[in-house]
Formats: sequence, C-alpha cells, structure tokens
Amino acid sequence: MAHDMAHGLPVGDSHAGGYKGGWVRWLETTNHKDIGIMYLIFGFVMLFIGGGMILTVRLELFQPGLQFVQPELFNQLITLHGLVMVFGFAMPVATGLANYMLPMMIGAPDMALPRLNNWGFWILPPAAIMLTLPFFLGLMGVGPGAVDTGWTMYAPLSIQSGWGMDFAIFAIHMLGVSSILGSINVIVTILNMRAPGMTIMKMPLFAHGFLMTAVLLITIMPVFAGGVTMVLMDRHFDTHFFNAAGGGDPVLWQHIFWFMGHPEVYVLLLPIAGALPHVFSAFARKPIYGYKAQVYSFWAIAGLGLVVWAHHMFTSGMSLGGQIYFMYITMAISFPLAVLFFCWIATVWQGSISFETPMLFALGFLVLFGWGGLTGLALSDAAADPQYHNAYFLVAHFHYAFYPSAVMGAMAAIYYWLPKWTGHMLNETMGKWHFWVTVVGFNLTFIPQFFVGLAGMPRRIPDYPVMFAEWNMLSSIGAFILGASHLIFVYNVYKTIQGGEKAGDKAWDGAEGLEWTVPSPAPYHTFETPPVIN
Amino acid sequence: MRSLYKLGLSVVLALGSFAAWAGYAFNFPEPVTPIARETLHMHNLVMVVILVLFFLVFGLLIYSFRTHRKDAGYKAATFSGPVNRKQWLWVLSPFALLFFIDYVVFGIPAYHAVVMYEDTKTDAELVVKVTGSQWLWEYEFPAEGVSFTSRLITPRDQIDSGAAKGAHYLLEVDNPLVLPVGKKVRFITTSNDVIHSWWVPAFGVKRDAVPGFLREFWATVEKTGTYRGQCSELCGKEHGFMPVVVNVVTEEEFTKWLAGKKAAAAPAAASTAVIAPAAKAVLAKAQ
Repeated sequence: MAHDMAHGLPVGDSHAGGYKGGWVRWLETTNHKDIGIMYLIFGFVMLFIGGGMILTVRLELFQPGLQFVQPELFNQLITLHGLVMVFGFAMPVATGLANYMLPMMIGAPDMALPRLNNWGFWILPPAAIMLTLPFFLGLMGVGPGAVDTGWTMYAPLSIQSGWGMDFAIFAIHMLGVSSILGSINVIVTILNMRAPGMTIMKMPLFAHGFLMTAVLLITIMPVFAGGVTMVLMDRHFDTHFFNAAGGGDPVLWQHIFWFMGHPEVYVLLLPIAGALPHVFSAFARKPIYGYKAQVYSFWAIAGLGLVVWAHHMFTSGMSLGGQIYFMYITMAISFPLAVLFFCWIATVWQGSISFETPMLFALGFLVLFGWGGLTGLALSDAAADPQYHNAYFLVAHFHYAFYPSAVMGAMAAIYYWLPKWTGHMLNETMGKWHFWVTVVGFNLTFIPQFFVGLAGMPRRIPDYPVMFAEWNMLSSIGAFILGASHLIFVYNVYKTIQGGEKAGDKAWDGAEGLEWTVPSPAPYHTFETPPVIN
Repeated sequence: MRSLYKLGLSVVLALGSFAAWAGYAFNFPEPVTPIARETLHMHNLVMVVILVLFFLVFGLLIYSFRTHRKDAGYKAATFSGPVNRKQWLWVLSPFALLFFIDYVVFGIPAYHAVVMYEDTKTDAELVVKVTGSQWLWEYEFPAEGVSFTSRLITPRDQIDSGAAKGAHYLLEVDNPLVLPVGKKVRFITTSNDVIHSWWVPAFGVKRDAVPGFLREFWATVEKTGTYRGQCSELCGKEHGFMPVVVNVVTEEEFTKWLAGKKAAAAPAAASTAVIAPAAKAVLAKAQ
C-alpha cells in the first residue's frame, strides 16, 4: 500500500506488485495472501506432526499390552496431539482461510492491520517449537519430556509435571497473543474495510462466522492465559491457586480451562460454518437459504457457547442446581445448530446439485458433524454423562465434532477456493478418492470408539483389558487409512499448484461472491479500487 | 517378517472371532444399581431418538441427491426463505419438535435422574471412603475403623513382554472392595495427590476424587458378583493401571469379611502408614 511505501516500510507491499525474492519476502511480507498461505502451510505441517503422534498412539493401542510406547511417552503423545491439532492446526488453518479470503470477499485491498498480521503469524512457529521441543529433547534422553497431562492440563497433575509443562505454558501465551492479534485484525477489517454498499447484513456468511470466532477468541484467550499463569505461579512461586492445602481449589482450574475450552469448539466450528454455505449454494446453484437466520445463529452459538462450560465437569462433583443449569443450557445449543442444519439442507434442497470434490467434503461435513452434534445431546444429560465422560464414547463424540468441521470443512473450503488461488482446476478423480478414503477411514476409526466407550474403556490409557481388543484393532486400522488419506490431499493440492486445467474468473459455475469477479489466480493486490455493491 | 506374519494372523483371528471372544460389546454392561438401570434406559431412549433423527435427515438428503441433480437435468429452485404464513409454520415445526425432544422427552427424565444421582444421604446404610493415590485406591469403612489399599496384581510380564494375558488382565487387584448386596452405600471420595476418578460401569456411577475436598455418590448393588472398572481421570504415568474391583456378597458374608478385616486391622494400618509418607511427599512437591 502507498501508506507503507511512504514510510519506507516492508517492500512486500508495493503497487507494482514487486517484492523481495527468497525467504526475506516471506519474513517481511504484509500481504494478506502471502500470510494466508503461510498460515495454511504451517497448519498442515502441524496436522502431520499431530497426526504422526496419534498414529503412534493407535499403533500402541492396536493390541493389549505395552509394545511400542511406554506410559510416560504415551501421555506426552496424547497431550501434544490435542494441543497441536487445536492450536497448531485447526486455528491457524481457519486464520489462513480468513486472511486469504476475507479481503477478497468483502472487497478490501488487504487486511486492515498488515504489519500486525505479519507479527501474528510469525509468533506461531516459535510457539510450536516451544511446545514440541521438550518432546524431541525427551526422545533424545534430555529432560523429562513434553507436557504429559492431557490437553486439559488438570491441576494438580499439571503442578507435578516436569518442565515440559512450563514450555507449554509459554507456548500457550504466545499462541494466545497470536490469536488475539489475528482476531483484532479480523474485527477491524470487517468493520472498516467493507466495499461501499456492503452493509453488515449483506456481508458473506464466511465474514459473519469469522467475526464471531474473533469475538470469542478475544473473550476467552486472556482468561486462558491468566489461568496458565496461575499454574506457573503454583509451580514455581509458592502460590496455592489450585492447592487445597493452601486454600485453593483444583476444580477452579477446570472452570478456567473449560471457559476457554468449550467456546474453543465454536472457535473451530464457526469459520467453517460460515464458509460452507457458500459451497452448498455454489454446487446446488441456488441462493443461500435463511441468510439472516444463519447470522443470528452464529451470534446465538457464540453467546450460548460462553455459558455452558461446566458440562465438561459433571463428574467433578457439582451442586445439583449447577448440574441442572448446565444440562438445560447445553441442550439449548441444539437450537441454533439445528437452524444452521435446516438452512444448509434447505439450500441444497431442490437445487441443481453436482458433486465436485468441495461439495463432497461439505456434504460429508454436514452428515458426520450432524452425528457429532446428536451424540452431544446424549452427553448433555448430567445423570447419564458419567457413563460417557472420559470414556471412549466421549472421544468418539468430539472427534465427530472436530474432524468433520476443522479438517473436512477446511478441506472443502480449500478445494473450493483452490482454483482462485492457483489458477488451476483440481484433479476431480483424485479428489473423489480423497473423499471416500477419508470417509471410510474416519468412520472405521471412530465408530468402534463409541462402542468400546460404552463397554467401559476409559480414555488416555496406554494399555487396556482384553475385552476391548477387537474394537481397538478396528479403530487402529481405520486411523492408518485416515492418516493415509491426508497424503492424497497434499499430493492433489501440490499437483493443482503445478498445473492443470485453467480456471476461469468464476471457477465454479454456481459460485457467487466478489472473489469470483477477479482473475484466477487473483492478483497480488486484489481490490485497489473498491467494488461497489448495490 | 515373522513378527509381521504373526501380526497379520492375529488381526485375522481377532476380527474373525465374534463368538470366541464376544469382544464386540456395543452397549453398557448389565446394570446392577438403580442409577445404572436409569442410565441405560435413558441412553437407549436417546440413542433411538437421535438415530431416527439422523437417518430421517440423511434419508431426505439422499432423496435430494438422487432427485435434485444437475446431471438428471433438474432445474434449481430460487427460494431463499419462507415467504408466507404456511411456509413459516413448516419451517418452525421442526424446532417445536426439537424443543419437545430436548426438554420433555429427554429433559424431564434427565431431571429426575440427576436428582436421584445426587441423593446420597437418604437411607444410606453404610459409608465407604474412597481415596485415590498415585496409583492405587484406598478404601475405608470409617464406622468400623477398617481401611486397606487395593492395587493392581497383573504380573508385569503380561503387560510388557507379551506373556499370555489372564481373563482379568489389568482388572485384578490384591484387596478388592467388598460390599453387601441390596444396601444403599454412600461413597465419599477424595485424593492424596492428583485428581482421580472412581468408575464401575455396571454401577452407572463415576465421581472424581479431588485432593483436599470430599465428593460423594451412592450405589445400591442389587446382585452379588464381582464388578470391575478403572480410574478415569488422567492421573500420571500409571493411570491405566489402577483398576477398581468390587465384590458384592450377601450380608452374612460381608459381616464375616468385615470382622476378618477388623481382626487384621494392625497390618492394614501398617500398609496405610506406608502410603501416607509417599502421598505427603507428593503433596509437598505440589506445594
């Protein structure tokens, strides 16, 4: 932008579109597309790290007995898998999509705060190193290994844990700063940079979804950062926030954690819930159904999402009134979610549907996430919850919520916008293979986990009684198929970047929105003169 | 190569042995307490309702995929929301149904179940204090002055080196908790170090053991037998190796067992004395 040029600041932003070559470009860039690409690459690198960790776990759980991984290492693997997937993969990928697409979708030249944007990204790699370094050091025999408390880091276990926990605390601080900066940028961009004529209620749903994500992140991340700081204080500075002997309460940590942890679910869902209506509409060749209802549902989900956290703590010994409140308010979330499902199905209904890869993934999300949501109703029952809680039923439930949204949804969005980014259409045959291998692998991994959970298998155990052996073996086989499916994705995206059928400005015939009015691939700076919306 | 072959063979054998291992349990174990029975009923109800909802909607989608296809020449409609009173009624009716399911079909029985779950004090005939420790359970009958520890006895070679696994692999302890059949037992849980969670699936109860605090729950076991469960809150290295085993016996047998335990109170006290310093050390570290 001219503003930056005038101050002699990052060269990555010139009107001519010229930029420094090599790695300096990526270090100094303030361009939303460059930063979006970096977020996406970072996210998928973390997906493979977190995936490798959980495949090691599934390998260990293939049969009863300890074969490959000792319990100490097992606990680190499951903990890092959770943290890496949530904070290293799902959030950066969503932020990457937002960075790349938001300015194009609302007719802005770039994000409102480009240098903040650069900083927000470059905090991530050091944070990821901070989080995982103790793990790799531990493998080489240095130190006690990484954080091993489960991603929930329940006190006092997190007070006992080795210095991997301190590394995790600082990593969380950095990830929190990055999220907050990214969120501020999104909010400022959406509120100030929309093209003339694009009122709030004319904005694309993706912008609405991400706006709510940003609001949630700004609400929850400071609380979480405060919470982990209290853990740090308890560990090293003789405070007793979570120690009953000093007047503290271990359950206090659970409240702080889940005040972040539950809205976090919606932080991961809402960008995808915002992006996919565009996909449904494009491939059903029909306008989005219930636009306003979807916007209000996003608001309702964000609002309700902040007041249901203790349904994660039904077994911790809450008062009767507390249990009743958290049970009923949790059930209330089914309403805005049902509105979204209704609108998505009504968008597809009586359309002229075709099943290209992005649509397959979006519909896969719809069906599988639907089951994740419905099993959530079972878990909301405070009296039955103890039978599901911390058993594999719960694990299966939240993977049915997370995987279809954060992974399949992100893939649907990436496949949908890939022609815009690369200028090439993707390989449909490979895309369909990717989809079906994903669906088979995913269900084979997690359906057995519902059953083994009901039969009584607790989560986070490295070895299990022989009666759980069959389901675990099936689940492990599914996990390796699912893991392999991601290789197809990476290969397909790589081939699409390399070449392929040329994509027009409007790569999909049913696609609507400002991003489809610019060339594919989109120029380095998209809207230097804002488009006017009628 | 040989181990790969063995692995392959074990996969085939394990997956093919529906009848032999009967390992494909897909629902809760047989309930033996009022809470577990209630939970199983509730669970079956919820599962039936959500399965019906799921397949209903999935069926609608499949119908749409088969009918409203571009390659079948279907022309897209243009509607984007309800436009008249009749359509609004159609649109709102699923949500009325959802409200009925959430707050009547599920909500009312769930309310009563929670109230029952929390009713720990009414007519309780026996109190058992359960203390979690890294990594064993300690049981105490405060009124009788009996306390003892209960820890895993599965031999290490079954866990580590592939020795043939027993029928109760990882679910066997040296001193199981013994309870009388048909009596309401009030459990009080706490912990010496980190949070543990006491769970016996057949009882339908799970409650965290929180250090420094007391939590409670209850169970009236209606059938004699041996019931097994595991710790279900990650509590460190040996979290997977601290099972719960409860022998439920007739009242006479229970009285006899308790008398025997009382007579052996001295060794039991000694074993408590052994854990106490270890637990103190952990707590001291925690501080």
